[in-house]
Amino acid sequence: METPGDHDHNVVRLSEVTKIFRMGNNEVEALKGINFAIKAGEYLSIMGPSGSGKSTLFNMIGALDKPTSGRVFIDEVDVAQLDAYELAWLRCRKIGYIFQTFNLITVMTAIENVTLPMIFAGLNRDEYMAKGMELLKLVGLAERFQHKPSELSGGQQQRVAVARALANSPAIILADEPTGNLDLITGEEIITLLKELSTERGVTIISATHDIKMLNVSDRIVWIRDGRIDRVEERRDLKISVGEVKK
Amino acid sequence: MCSDSLVGGWESVSKSVERQVVLPFGQVLRISFNSMVVRLSRSLITTATLALAIAFVAYIWSGYEILNSVWAQAESALRERILASGHEMIEGKFGSSPKDRWLAILSLIVCVVGIVNAQLMAVTERFREIGTFKCLGALNSFVVRIFVFEGIYQGLLGGVAGSVVGILVATVSLVLKLGWIAIRCWPLPGMALTVLWGLLLAALLSLLGVIYPALVAARMEPAVALRTEQ
Repeated sequence: METPGDHDHNVVRLSEVTKIFRMGNNEVEALKGINFAIKAGEYLSIMGPSGSGKSTLFNMIGALDKPTSGRVFIDEVDVAQLDAYELAWLRCRKIGYIFQTFNLITVMTAIENVTLPMIFAGLNRDEYMAKGMELLKLVGLAERFQHKPSELSGGQQQRVAVARALANSPAIILADEPTGNLDLITGEEIITLLKELSTERGVTIISATHDIKMLNVSDRIVWIRDGRIDRVEERRDLKISVGEVKK
Repeated sequence: MCSDSLVGGWESVSKSVERQVVLPFGQVLRISFNSMVVRLSRSLITTATLALAIAFVAYIWSGYEILNSVWAQAESALRERILASGHEMIEGKFGSSPKDRWLAILSLIVCVVGIVNAQLMAVTERFREIGTFKCLGALNSFVVRIFVFEGIYQGLLGGVAGSVVGILVATVSLVLKLGWIAIRCWPLPGMALTVLWGLLLAALLSLLGVIYPALVAARMEPAVALRTEQ
């Protein structure tokens, strides 16, 4: 596996992870035993139809929800063993989240949104303002730092969200359908940005998607079907099949 | 596109997990204040509910304050007029009769129910925001504090507005009833005390209303909070 950084290190490891949602008397088994490991520096895409358990898996990897059974390890630390303070630290420092619906705080300006994780991390005002502006510059929105999300286009909002995900220099970036609400060109910009982060900084990118454009840049693709891993493909093998699809 | 200066801060791969720092008080105060100001119209509704209840209580309290202070300097004709207008004296003083007390307590209970309702709505509307906060590394206590402080701000604002309105109405109605003597004998310390009690009461009621919704919101898993529709 050609990945920058530590080759053998598992950033994320899932062991027999299941998740059952209870809706009234119904039980829906969203994940039916997932075993999987993600290497440091990898660009990984989780593909699958809607309702396949993709987003549930995403939430498990990001320590945003508790599995019904099984274990999730982030940097070989069992997430279930962490207390609230350690969990918050993990979400703040180690993982950057990007969502399909952007999830910016609507009442805050772009710069306030980007600096929020750094405020949580305990940085002082000079530090977080400087880094916040730098990150907005990186995503090309430095002049719009005073704008509220409602005054920005979808693509711009997602770029603010990317800047926010980068705030505490996380080792992992989790992106849940980051291009789902964007047009083709803006979607491609976001994908390029993520790929740059992966190659230039060795950040592990894990993205749930059903955007074919994502496949071209991914190192590995995990296909999810009915709460199970259907198959795992390396990019090398995939290029052929994607080539056929795209002519 | 990626500048070099950013590269330096990147977390090296380490196996340790540290503990999240608790946000300094000032930051929590600032965030909760801004958060209330940007939703001014929304929070003014909650504040208005509080202000009305406090106004009623302050009206009763300050009315008796003025009556007591007028009584001390009133001539017998005026004293008779006061008694004739339906005010009862208990042990030589005007004070809340059991009936008044029940009315005040009832109005406060109605107010608390209204505030719990308004706050439940306000917090539910913000589940996604709370989920996002938690994804970015907010502790449960941060979420609770944000709402508690917003509740206190609203309480203080509603308390001031309510006591001022209550005192104003009581003064005006007594001036109309008894004449300018009500102004001449206006008991400043007593009124200040009424405002103070009004403030405390309002902050307490507001806290009562906000604490349960805030606890519910803070304990949610981020994924659950983010799943909610807005």
